[in-house]
Amino acid sequence: MTRETALNALLGLGLLAVALTAHAAGWTFTVTLATKVAILALAGAGLNIALGFGGLVSFGHAAFFGIGGYAAGILASHAMFYEPLVTWPVEIEGTRAMPVIWLVAMAASGLAALAIGALSLRTRGVFFIMITLAFAQMIFYFAISWPAYGGEDGLSLGVRNTFAGLNTLDPLSFFAICYTLLMIVLGLTALLRCSAFGLALDGARQNAERLKSLGIDPTRVLLTAFCLSGMVTGLSGALYADLNRFVSPAMLSWQTSGEIMVFVILGGVGRLFGPLAGAALYIVLEHNLGGVSEHWQFLLGLLLLLVVLFARGGLIGLVAGERRHG
Amino acid sequence: MVPGCGSISRNARGTPVTVSLLFEQTLNGLQFGVMLFLMAAGLTLVFGVMGLINLAHGSLYMAGAFACAGVAAATGSYWLGLVASLVAAAAAGAIIEVVVIRRLYDRDHLDQVLATFALILMFSEGTRWLFGSFPLYLDLPAALKGAVRLPGGIDYPRFRLALIAIGLALALALMWLINRTRLGMRIRAGEADREMIAALGVDITRLYTIVFALGAGLAGLAGALVGTVQSVQVGMGEPVLILAFVVVVIGGIGSIKGALLGAVLVGLTDTLGRFLLPQAFALFMDPSRATSIGSALASMSIYILMAMVLVWKPGGLYGGANGS
Amino acid sequence: MAEPVLQIRGLCKHFGALRASDNVDLDLMPGEIHALIGPNGAGKSTLIKQIAGEIAPDAGTIRLAGRDVTASGAVARARLGLARSFQVSSVAGEFTVLQNVMLAVAGRLRRTYRFLRPALADTKLTAPAREAIARVGLADREGMRAADLSHGERRTLEIAIALALKPKAFLLDEPMAGMGPEGARSLTHLLDGLRHEAPILLVEHDMDAVFALADRISVLVHGRIIASGTVAEIQADAVVRAAYLGEEDA
Repeated sequence: MTRETALNALLGLGLLAVALTAHAAGWTFTVTLATKVAILALAGAGLNIALGFGGLVSFGHAAFFGIGGYAAGILASHAMFYEPLVTWPVEIEGTRAMPVIWLVAMAASGLAALAIGALSLRTRGVFFIMITLAFAQMIFYFAISWPAYGGEDGLSLGVRNTFAGLNTLDPLSFFAICYTLLMIVLGLTALLRCSAFGLALDGARQNAERLKSLGIDPTRVLLTAFCLSGMVTGLSGALYADLNRFVSPAMLSWQTSGEIMVFVILGGVGRLFGPLAGAALYIVLEHNLGGVSEHWQFLLGLLLLLVVLFARGGLIGLVAGERRHG
Repeated sequence: MVPGCGSISRNARGTPVTVSLLFEQTLNGLQFGVMLFLMAAGLTLVFGVMGLINLAHGSLYMAGAFACAGVAAATGSYWLGLVASLVAAAAAGAIIEVVVIRRLYDRDHLDQVLATFALILMFSEGTRWLFGSFPLYLDLPAALKGAVRLPGGIDYPRFRLALIAIGLALALALMWLINRTRLGMRIRAGEADREMIAALGVDITRLYTIVFALGAGLAGLAGALVGTVQSVQVGMGEPVLILAFVVVVIGGIGSIKGALLGAVLVGLTDTLGRFLLPQAFALFMDPSRATSIGSALASMSIYILMAMVLVWKPGGLYGGANGS
Repeated sequence: MAEPVLQIRGLCKHFGALRASDNVDLDLMPGEIHALIGPNGAGKSTLIKQIAGEIAPDAGTIRLAGRDVTASGAVARARLGLARSFQVSSVAGEFTVLQNVMLAVAGRLRRTYRFLRPALADTKLTAPAREAIARVGLADREGMRAADLSHGERRTLEIAIALALKPKAFLLDEPMAGMGPEGARSLTHLLDGLRHEAPILLVEHDMDAVFALADRISVLVHGRIIASGTVAEIQADAVVRAAYLGEEDA
């Protein structure tokens, strides 16, 4: 077992332990924080597929996070008011069932990623960063100016959506749902990285020209990864909507894109559990520095700057050393 | 929140499209465009010469606006405020270049994005610390108040005309600087070939600081000017930064001419889209729905423009190389 | 008469006033090694890039295995059976030798879009990859990162990658570059055996290797083919001696 594997286990079990301990002690708020960590880690895990494995610096993942959130919000609000979502050609009702909401959220954000990715991947490098940022901003403004689902004020979900027989309003039950999804996604991501596709994706990051000479179209590989990445982040957006029982354009803002990226970087780019480490660190900082000073974002900025300038491997890089490979 | 810097008039519902209204909106779009140009010029130069993507450019825009508001309040002179915006933003630019940015030239884009994102957090929070969260408003000097009667009988705000004039004059000055002066020659050489300017014996470190401070100063001035029309507040820079990215993508990275063309295109598309689309939809649906659909679409219009340019010319209108 | 595997007719490419390719005709016949030589700046790299589909010619046609591929991109040509090696070793440095070659096998078998099965457990990928690695003699380096290989081993890895594509034609861009005499000798031996698998268009500066391997040589100078013939014919050609071989002696 390498140090990174040990650290991964520590992170994964640690989050579970925090939630269970907090539940036993009756600290509901801490359980909610642990849930938030799991959800934000999932958002980061999505971005990690594009950024960490494919080298695609997307500054627009808030788009997928928000689309996932709005998918949950829209389906739930239609179900709440018994208004059909679509009446023609077939009548489609809203729903409060989480699994359905998740699938819709992933499909919607995957489609958005396909469209944004297809356009953005016509370029690389710095253009790609600016274009993903711009398209996310477009969706942000659209959400603000489209009045049907709350516009600038956002949309309330009322009570939390349902999952099988669980009481989702119980903090530990909802944590269990989010934690399980995070672990499933991280497991699938681990498999993805070792698969033939993972090989091609890593190859596209390292040397796109070489990939072409092998008869593999790097743009298609990257676009596929970008879609998968958007779908995972979309799923986390749906969970985040349920956590807050509220969605608003803030989920789509450029700050959100920046934060998702910060989770990935603080944890360590391309590390399987990097997003979890990063999201956990972020939430811990937010709640501790936030207590020290209301201007904690200044300190966060300073910390991030120091990490970028002097500790490039992120948290997992610091602990586990040299980047894995093989 | 209206995304544009300075596109005032969301059209009144049901107002008929007259030639004079259209003309007025075109002027608004032009004014918005030249202000965007001041923002985009610095971005595109910094990327073209140093290969750096600077997200904190919006913070320099904000710094200029606050410097103007602070100095104007302290001295009572708007003009001193404008000078202060230019100087403060250029100085802030030079400082962050020396302290942070120059460590990033050899790094990949990801590191640049993160470090400059960190700078945004620090700038925004630092400004909130100093000035508080409430928006500040700038008073116009008497000479720029009121309206001018244009041919066709339109009363157009004097200050907005001044913005167009200042923007265009600065654009011309910048092109003169790049194309006709020694500094400009070095900048162009730096865009073409970084090793070459080192071989020419140019002090690259100083050149980079100058280019960065120049871009920062322009952004700061734009912040002060637009802040005068709207308000001065924390977070004002980033929406404009993203629009400036759209401008750079449309115009092509590193091209001043492309930035000007892109900025004017974006300014006109956004302003005229907001004005015309709701009216166009009103022709075949009821006015309130037309307004909501029209303005939602209008908010997307410049991004659709960007998408079209990407499909047609992925490197931008004036882009030689594909920006990587 | 057999069809040429690769057939180039009237290929032209200008960069401003520079004629990088000037009406180039070139054939690669089954079973042969056709060497392309020429001084630096003669336009060899530009020609290779056009053949590989990385840049488009201004005029002319390129046919691969009987199909006109002039308008196709690099990916399509690779899929039609063109295996290209790169002048500057451009293997994926973070990958092991095995992973580098497996990627080529995945490309050939179109097994790229498999998401959940560990590639290293997929014998359809590993077996052909190991076979190609063994053929070039890198079996004991299989688990090593490509970036940690010696220069000569990386050049050999390039050949293994090309082999794993099981191509209809090899396009080898200076495979000997930077190899020591020992390495050059064993690589020459390896290429010699390769021609029966698929013909090789060999761009090479190492004249010993060219004269040892080539069935035919074409000489490119200022974007034009100034001579084409057997080793003996080219060695005897006065124009070639003046334009090219003379320089080497001087």
